[in-house]
Amino acid sequence: MRLVRLRDASRPRITLTLEGQAIEAQQGDTLLTALLAGNAGHLRDSEFGDGHRAGFCLMGACQDCWVVVEGVGRVRACATLAAQGMEVRRG
Amino acid sequence: MKVAVVGAGPAGVRAVERLVAAGLSPVWIDEAPDGGGRIYQRPPPGLARDARTLYGFEARRATALHATLDALKPKVDWRPDTLVWHIRPEARTLHTLSRGRQVELAYDAAILCTGAMDRVIPLPGWTRPGVTTLGAAQIALKTQGCGIGQRVAFIGTGPLLVLVAYQYAKAGAEVVAVLDTTSFATKLRAAPGLMLGGATFAKGLYYTAWLRRRGIRIAEGVTPIAIDGDESGVTAIAWRDAAGREHRAACDAAGIGWGLKPEAQLADLARVPFRHDPVQANWVPVRDGAGRTPVAGIYLAGDGAGIGGAEVAEIAGARAALALLADAGKRIDPIETVTLDRRLATQARFRAALERAFPFPAHLARGIADDTLLCRCEGLHAGELRTAARAEAATGPASEVNRAKSFTRIGMGRCQGRVCGAAAAEILAAELGCGVAAIGRLRGQPPVKPIPIPAAVSAP
Repeated sequence: MRLVRLRDASRPRITLTLEGQAIEAQQGDTLLTALLAGNAGHLRDSEFGDGHRAGFCLMGACQDCWVVVEGVGRVRACATLAAQGMEVRRG
Repeated sequence: MKVAVVGAGPAGVRAVERLVAAGLSPVWIDEAPDGGGRIYQRPPPGLARDARTLYGFEARRATALHATLDALKPKVDWRPDTLVWHIRPEARTLHTLSRGRQVELAYDAAILCTGAMDRVIPLPGWTRPGVTTLGAAQIALKTQGCGIGQRVAFIGTGPLLVLVAYQYAKAGAEVVAVLDTTSFATKLRAAPGLMLGGATFAKGLYYTAWLRRRGIRIAEGVTPIAIDGDESGVTAIAWRDAAGREHRAACDAAGIGWGLKPEAQLADLARVPFRHDPVQANWVPVRDGAGRTPVAGIYLAGDGAGIGGAEVAEIAGARAALALLADAGKRIDPIETVTLDRRLATQARFRAALERAFPFPAHLARGIADDTLLCRCEGLHAGELRTAARAEAATGPASEVNRAKSFTRIGMGRCQGRVCGAAAAEILAAELGCGVAAIGRLRGQPPVKPIPIPAAVSAP
């Protein structure tokens, strides 16, 4: 899945990492936006072997966008703002 | 008097406004950082579009609500970024979690304005990256300036379907198809009642006409087949038209949704009884016209108390606050209550017509194939639920939905049945040969959303 930036797309840049790989994002991005607009493709894998997941409701209800932020713990990517230097792992 | 208001969407804002006008300073809690609810959610700082671009026809309403919200914050105990994860009505206590910190709050009266989420009918491929709810597609655009893909299909029914498609097309995404599972004839039959709603009905027609003028494919009375894909996500959507012919359109994302359902978990934990509303096809908490519940000190307003939309939520929020004030022995303006009650009655008639125009297609849920993933949290397929419902099941038949939950784990996962619940109920009811009202309702459990274990163990 790739989120496409259609509006407000020239904000100051930030950099974070996903599994050690650099991801370019923009100030004001949620983690979900930062990762999925930054070619991460997906956020987590189903525990039941039925494939990748990349969130679903974007309103903090479905719990299918969990990722792990170093030093913070498990968060919902849709409800967490991305910040410069964040180290993220798939959830 | 300690008053708590949960939620800072349209209902919460108008409730707090009335409480503050009466001289109270309630605790006001919202899960989001900046209030506004999902409909009038504001983008994070740094995103700069104006209200007209963000909220379209609703810009004036959104701007007015934001102004009231911001003016109220310093006059109350405003607690953003805070989840109410449990409520104990016997102790009149809310359990909250704010940035990792667990806080218990005592209340004498509480108004719960907890909103709604999309109602979903699973179809093959619906858990692929690139498939979101219609609400999610709208939130991505509104609050992040992003489309869920470059070439997007939308399938489902309800006013949100054409609205999101319109917003995407306007923002520069390619809308490959707008697929409404409701037939044109069904909508036409409800048209006389919809005229009551005036503007809402007209807006729907406007979006549809706008899309058609740009040659965007709109089909009505469709049956979803599947959302196809590969490792990278979505590649196409397939459906059957009203005449039974199969179609496919290439796309890289799809938004799905069949109306809304209340986020009523806190009302449930507060032991408010529920009833099944056959018109909106949802379980709704029991309340009177003013928002009072049978539980002392608990009031409800907005979509969390039954789907009515943002305009109704504003009226209902104000009305619930007046009910709370009256019950507390405060003087309230009788003319204002009569006016609000009259507006709510008019809106209720319009809402009933809207539900008839876009009825929940229970037959689609009942027809979900055995090998389709039903519960995305627990990896459960529709066939597994059907098996549990049968008399020859080793456990005995799952005769109601909470037995089915313990037998199969349906609704037991991290979302607590928010996503699969509506479709699972239809499947179970069909298998048992009864209506959804007869199989009961998935009971809520604390915490209403997953919280870190250290926060939970510090609570009683």
